[in-house]
Amino acid sequence: MFKLSKVEILRGMRTAGFAAIALLLALSSTAFAASDDVFVEDAWSRASIGTNRPGVAYMTIRNAGETPVTLIGLTSSIAMRAEVHRTATNEQGVSSMEPAGDLTIAPGTILTLAPGGLHAMLMNLQAPINKGDRFKLTLKFAEGGEVTVEVVARGIAARGPRD
Amino acid sequence: MRRRHILRYGSATVALTALTLFAGWWQVDGPATPSSPGPFPLPLAEMTFKLVDHEGQSVGPQSLVGRPTMVFFGFTYCPDVCPTTLSDITSWLDALGEVAAQLNVIFITVDPARDTVEVLSQYIKYFHAQIRGWTGSAAEISRAARDFRVSYEKVSRDGDAYTMNHTASVFLFDAGGRYISNIDYHESREFAVPKILRAIDTQRYAS
Repeated sequence: MFKLSKVEILRGMRTAGFAAIALLLALSSTAFAASDDVFVEDAWSRASIGTNRPGVAYMTIRNAGETPVTLIGLTSSIAMRAEVHRTATNEQGVSSMEPAGDLTIAPGTILTLAPGGLHAMLMNLQAPINKGDRFKLTLKFAEGGEVTVEVVARGIAARGPRD
Repeated sequence: MRRRHILRYGSATVALTALTLFAGWWQVDGPATPSSPGPFPLPLAEMTFKLVDHEGQSVGPQSLVGRPTMVFFGFTYCPDVCPTTLSDITSWLDALGEVAAQLNVIFITVDPARDTVEVLSQYIKYFHAQIRGWTGSAAEISRAARDFRVSYEKVSRDGDAYTMNHTASVFLFDAGGRYISNIDYHESREFAVPKILRAIDTQRYAS
């Protein structure tokens, strides 16, 4: 009954092709969206004395996306093991440190790693961190994807990213 | 009849006195003694510990009396709180300018096993030159913590690694060695510097 002209068949194929490309794009964007919307700023560390003591890194992690992202792990070539830890001070003024576990960042919010709160603990340093050094730290997210940032080492007595 | 009354009241009084004394002992020195130390450090002159500073010299609380004093407990393997507090103290001392020279500023380790004299001297030089590091035997560190009403605890991590939980407040004493106030962890410079000035100034108002 229906007779499709050659032109119509070609048009149909073109439409299908566009649809397939659009679908692929959509799939790939969901696969990488989580970390694509994460922006890490002011990543800094303190110089170490040798390699015996754990190192530390601080930064702000902004979720510019529309869905929550969850930070589930850290890796760095400078340390055998890296974890986010939380310093807590109780009513008696006693400070303690615990692994912070997974950290969910709501859409449009910032997770701050700063002195006295959350910090990246760099355990078993593979090399001393010298003032002015730069090293890579990779953040892994539960939703997929990773963000690698460059951390700048400030002096041992530094109090912020620009000290 | 009358003598019996006197005896009865007499023994009741003795029993009551004994009971009161017992209750007092129970509360103060006996099993009901509060296990956590009291809230405030002793006056420096009443403290009894003996330590060594980062230059290997014998030191103790008595050597601090005569100048206003700032004391902080920590350990050099601490990645977050201790360098932050020592940097804060450095910035307070910088803000105080010349007045800072009047102060004793002491960092006492709660981790003497790792923080030897050599380790302390290497660490302390990255902060304000006026900060002195003190270490010593585990027993003397424990005695110092008791006198300052500081608590600390070793927390094991994987393998040989460990960290220390500890009181992170900075204690202020006037030149007479009397405890004045403390600066809590993360208190801003706007609050910290006036507190230090008050500890320095009490010598003007005292006596």
